[in-house]
Amino acid sequence: MLRNHPILAPPTDDKRWKIVETVMRRNNFQPQALIESLHSVQQTFGFLDLAAMRWVAATLRVPLAKVYGVATFYHFFTLRPPGRHTCVVCLGTACYIKGSQRLLAAVAERYHIQEGQTTTDGELSLLTARCIGACGLAPTAVVDGQVLGQRTPTELTAAVGAVLEGRAAP
Amino acid sequence: MKAEEMLNLAEKARQDLDHFQHHIHVCTESGCQSSQSQAVLASLTAEVNRRGWQDRVWVKGVGCMGLCCEGPLVKCDDRLYQRVRPQDAADLVASLEAEPVERLHCDTEQPFFTRQKLVVRENAGKIDPESLLDCLAHGAYQGLLRVLTEMTPAAVIQEITASGLRGRGGAGFPTGLKWSTVAKAGGAAKYVICNGDEGDPGAFMDRSVMEGDPHRVLEGMAIAAYAVGADHGVIYVRAEYPLAVKRLNKAINQARRHELLGLNIFGTHFQFNVELRLGAGAFVCGEETALIASVEGRRGLPRPRPPYPANEGLYGAPTLINNVETFANVPAIIQRGAAWFAGIGTAKSKGTKVFALTGRVRNTGLIEVPMGMSLREIIYDLAGGIPEGKAFKAVQTGGPSGGCIPAEHLDIPVDYESLTRLGSIMGSGGMIVMDETSNMVDVARFFMEFCMTESCGKCVPCRVGTWQLHGILDRISRGQGKSGDLNQLQELCAMVKQTSLCGLGQSAPNPVLSTLRYFEKEYRALLEKAPAAGAAPANSAKTVALEVAP
Repeated sequence: MLRNHPILAPPTDDKRWKIVETVMRRNNFQPQALIESLHSVQQTFGFLDLAAMRWVAATLRVPLAKVYGVATFYHFFTLRPPGRHTCVVCLGTACYIKGSQRLLAAVAERYHIQEGQTTTDGELSLLTARCIGACGLAPTAVVDGQVLGQRTPTELTAAVGAVLEGRAAP
Repeated sequence: MKAEEMLNLAEKARQDLDHFQHHIHVCTESGCQSSQSQAVLASLTAEVNRRGWQDRVWVKGVGCMGLCCEGPLVKCDDRLYQRVRPQDAADLVASLEAEPVERLHCDTEQPFFTRQKLVVRENAGKIDPESLLDCLAHGAYQGLLRVLTEMTPAAVIQEITASGLRGRGGAGFPTGLKWSTVAKAGGAAKYVICNGDEGDPGAFMDRSVMEGDPHRVLEGMAIAAYAVGADHGVIYVRAEYPLAVKRLNKAINQARRHELLGLNIFGTHFQFNVELRLGAGAFVCGEETALIASVEGRRGLPRPRPPYPANEGLYGAPTLINNVETFANVPAIIQRGAAWFAGIGTAKSKGTKVFALTGRVRNTGLIEVPMGMSLREIIYDLAGGIPEGKAFKAVQTGGPSGGCIPAEHLDIPVDYESLTRLGSIMGSGGMIVMDETSNMVDVARFFMEFCMTESCGKCVPCRVGTWQLHGILDRISRGQGKSGDLNQLQELCAMVKQTSLCGLGQSAPNPVLSTLRYFEKEYRALLEKAPAAGAAPANSAKTVALEVAP
């Protein structure tokens, strides 16, 4: 049954909010659709801002505190906008044993950012992952969604350099 | 879909398969995809079309063939090729009717392939996971058909119990017992949950099963649902596995369209629906009560058991939770019988286990071996030993909840009890080999950092204990340890292990305890380097009280 309350207007007139609304509607605006809805916001807009969380909270009739709690509990959600390009270094055990710390350090040094930060020009975010499940190819990194396996620190910085210049990662 | 319709479809799909003279299989799982296997697949298809051979040669993407480190892997009829590049397509297609391409040859006679026993992964590398027809041609849903038309729910549970199958998620709880508990629980609504939240770093067996044979997981869930009397299923998958999510969604849609899920499956009164729910990156959600909280849209906090989910689970209803690999074993047991399954493995651990073999070994990838194979055989024969002439130091099983096993215990058989005796656990199946270059204190610190950040914070022993343990390990590995540190580690480990609420905290000390047990020398060596060694009093309780997490 569709819950009997008016659909609240989304935070802006951006058409993409429809995507999020569809996800919530498919789940009958039930509170248990919270994580799905936040996934949908992040997939569409890249991150969760306060306006989005307020809107999801009001639409699913969940307290904002709970939405914030969920959004900050799970590592996958981010409350800050990511850079135009992302480099995710996997720090899973297999990658760690094979020197993923050196991959992370190389990118951090080359672009003067720490793990979790974005360059001041908003071009590159350096992130880490618990395990991307490509352990047979350790050490791995994911540059703009593309998994790069068995890379040396130099090769990884070269790949990041390439995507920043608009080319495909080698 | 009626039973005859499915059998007809399967038969037709099999005939279509036989119609082709040659088959080219390209691995399209996450591992090989990151080595450009999609481009290889496209280029092979283009080459076949260019030659006008599309009626004779079938090129398809398949699941994992195991040897991930040599990917992309391509199988042309019976020949396996490794490290294939898109530009190799012309040579490979030509080789179908000529000599093999030597430069890409991958030896399938090596122990890595010959010593394996495939049950869960029997179709991986053979079927196109995105094609229901191809899956049907290889026997998908035949187990479900048999169960619905020939067996009572009690008989199904009896069969699973007799097979001796135990949970593949780590703890090894007897699956038949779990099923019968849920079956006996009262209540109109019951749920079946598939735990695909493979959070152990260094483990990717479940990802591979979900990506390589998603219909098998659905079939296993449907059989379980029939046995316990549930009509609704949930697959909980990590959001970090986008390809697994995509293929499972596709499989669910295909199964719904062909009425293999939904109402009146095979014309019987059995109905079953499955929905997919995404995790969002929390290791604790592998714990069943935390997973249920997450499916309900809340923070993934575990709660005390009992009541067990078998009695009070999702939305308060009786819920069966099994791991991906457990469900993937079920169709094989139903089709070939409990006696066949019980004939594999050891007295108490039946069947096979899939391991993700990684770290400092020659062959990294996925293997499936009978329970009871020795660690030495796995590491030296299947994995090909340690490269670069280095010496073996330890193998880590069970991820952050497991332990490190040293060289002197390499001859133990791999089964649930033996690994537990050594202070490790079977876990979900990650097996990470370390050589002499790894420092075991650093390894313990690495795992403790993981547990510390992944602790959900609900109970104090885990939240504060892991923080304290990490602090001590960190200062020891930086060469600033104090003389009482080892005692304090032991005491804290015992406290965290015995008093934490859920499995995360209860098992978090395992990496520390096992490295202390087998590699105390390395701790001592680092402590001797410390400038203040001997100066600090061997005091534990006071220091704990003073260094409370912020």
